[in-house]
Amino acid sequence: MTRTRQPGISRRATLAVMGAGAVTIAAPWVVRAQTKTIKIGMPTILSGRVAQLGTSSRNAVLLEVEKVNAAGGLAGRQIEMVIRDSKGQPQEAARVARELVNTDGCEVLFDAEASSGSFAVHEVARDLGVLCIHTCSEASSLTADPKQHLPNAFRCVRQGIHDSIVGGSYAAAIAKAKGLKKWATCSPDYAYGRDTTGEFALYLKRFAPDVEIISESWPKLFQPDYTEVVTKILQAKPQALYTCLWGGDLTSYIDQANIYALFTQMELFAVNMADYTALTVVKNLPKGIHSGNRYIKTFPKTPENAAWGDAYRAKYNEYPTNWSWQNATAVMLLTEAAKKANSTDGKKVAEALRGLTIKCPFGADGTVTMRAEDNTLVGYAIGWGTTIPQEPYVPEVKAGDWKTIFELEAEWKKSKGYT
Amino acid sequence: MDIDALAGCLASPACLVTQTTSGLIIGMLLFLVAVGLTLIFGVLKVVNFSHGAFYMFGAYFAMTAYQLSESFALAMLCGAAGTAILGLIFERVFMSRVYGADVLMQLLVCYAFVLIFDDVVRMVWGPEFKSMGMPSAFQVPPLFIAGGVVPPYYLLLIGVALAAAMVLGLGLARTRIGKVIRAAAHNPGMVSALGINTGLIYGGVFALGGMLAGLAGALAAPVRSLTPGMGFSVLIESFIVTVIGGMGSILGALVGALLIGLIRSFGSLGFPLFTEGLMYLFMVIVLVSRPSGLFGKEVA
Repeated sequence: MTRTRQPGISRRATLAVMGAGAVTIAAPWVVRAQTKTIKIGMPTILSGRVAQLGTSSRNAVLLEVEKVNAAGGLAGRQIEMVIRDSKGQPQEAARVARELVNTDGCEVLFDAEASSGSFAVHEVARDLGVLCIHTCSEASSLTADPKQHLPNAFRCVRQGIHDSIVGGSYAAAIAKAKGLKKWATCSPDYAYGRDTTGEFALYLKRFAPDVEIISESWPKLFQPDYTEVVTKILQAKPQALYTCLWGGDLTSYIDQANIYALFTQMELFAVNMADYTALTVVKNLPKGIHSGNRYIKTFPKTPENAAWGDAYRAKYNEYPTNWSWQNATAVMLLTEAAKKANSTDGKKVAEALRGLTIKCPFGADGTVTMRAEDNTLVGYAIGWGTTIPQEPYVPEVKAGDWKTIFELEAEWKKSKGYT
Repeated sequence: MDIDALAGCLASPACLVTQTTSGLIIGMLLFLVAVGLTLIFGVLKVVNFSHGAFYMFGAYFAMTAYQLSESFALAMLCGAAGTAILGLIFERVFMSRVYGADVLMQLLVCYAFVLIFDDVVRMVWGPEFKSMGMPSAFQVPPLFIAGGVVPPYYLLLIGVALAAAMVLGLGLARTRIGKVIRAAAHNPGMVSALGINTGLIYGGVFALGGMLAGLAGALAAPVRSLTPGMGFSVLIESFIVTVIGGMGSILGALVGALLIGLIRSFGSLGFPLFTEGLMYLFMVIVLVSRPSGLFGKEVA
């Protein structure tokens, strides 16, 4: 029996066509990789209640990219930012991130999302292997948890655990000096609020063991009315109150608590107060609120930081936010890494980023480092101080000690089973 | 669950006064929003999903007027009047075209305007949150009644809301316009046949509903942050209030709002982790025992 060839397309021809198709589809990638412009995709929150933070992230990135492009670009390639709105929804952030890489041809991702969105974008980075720099998520587990570790993902953001250690130490010193033993907490009821408050209380009690948390309130995120929370705290009669409410929630809370004269009866520790977005909005800002620094152009008190804050304000007619400095730092780090790698190849840049120290206006000693062991930013200016109702808003900031932060962070990681 | 804290509060006059006034404050603002919602539903048979936007506009109008004039009274007036005009235009130009359509179409139109109104606010006032600030006349220490803490501004707020409730209740029950509105709600065809302009009544009721929500927004502006989309969370609670009180019932809206306010106020002491849940649980209980709400008319 002989086999005769059937009319039509042979298997070999089919394979050839498929191969050619695959090459055709893949070809744009090759071409893109060789083009002069490098696209950086950036999903962020440009609409909804926290749109201001996303907008300020975009502004900061564009401010820095303009400088990089004027100086010759990223290892010789001009940067083109492709910025999309995620509406603050994690699933949308993931979809946008995927689209930015697969459809728009972005070679790097700046994930300028809040924590919930960042974890979603992180999974996209895991899946696509694209170089990803998280620029806004403060949730410590994003880089502390080894399960989350990716060689191609970095965090260029302050961290909840760092803030808690510095805040706990600062608050404990005041608690001891003023005899503040009874504390209340009031924080938003989601992962960031719960984690940050728990970590703050942990370190407050560590440095001041006499302290007791006598009341906890967990208003929901974006709650319009805090009256019942304010009166509950009044009933508990604490000597000090800690809150990690932020943005409009924090300003609402302060306005509503003010008319109960709450802050004349207790010391307030509000980690997110010292950000221009909140400081400039509250009309009757009580004097003497203790706050962590977010972005203040007077801390670190250096000409470089002041100049950066002024340049941002001159360009956008508003003050930068905490998200602004973090996004600006991401551009600075990426630029230096590309220079060091002499390439824009994602893997080579990632390798150069690991452990990289750069000069930076936001560094505690004028530099920041992308720590190699967990791909996260350290060495940034971090501290607490008390507010006044007009510029410079936080005249004196007590800087945190990075040596102590590293020691306690290592202990914390161990206790969490991360190391 | 912290029953001891709740029991302790109930036994203490100071705590009782503070928490009761706290409940009244929450309830009265909710009432102003919910009563407009229920009034529009009662007369127009439309579930105005865009009602929260009027609350938002009221707050923004008040803030702008206050910044320009530094007059709190003018700010309140602008918040209420501005949203009344907006409500009238919205009803005449858009909503009146979908009265005959099915509920889904009405909801879609309303939802579209929720998004449009939010974007309008974003374009005019910007995306960032804003604060009106407490007028200097109310920047005074709180009052102490039986040891309980009561801010003077909240007394004004409760007073204005109560006055609005009384005017509305009496107006609908005792005045000729009130009778016409009630008649239009009951049998619009007959009212129209009698030569009364039902379009005007519908527009007026919508404007009144918008005005009440706008007044609530204006009263809330000194103590709440203003952001595009701020009406949504208030709308959800207003729906709970109207469901509890009975859709279309003004007395129901008042009682429902006060109950929700008190549940939140005392619930935060006794059930700090379940305060929101308590609200919904109460709504479920009411729906199971009286499906048309506490003061709603039973459907035959």
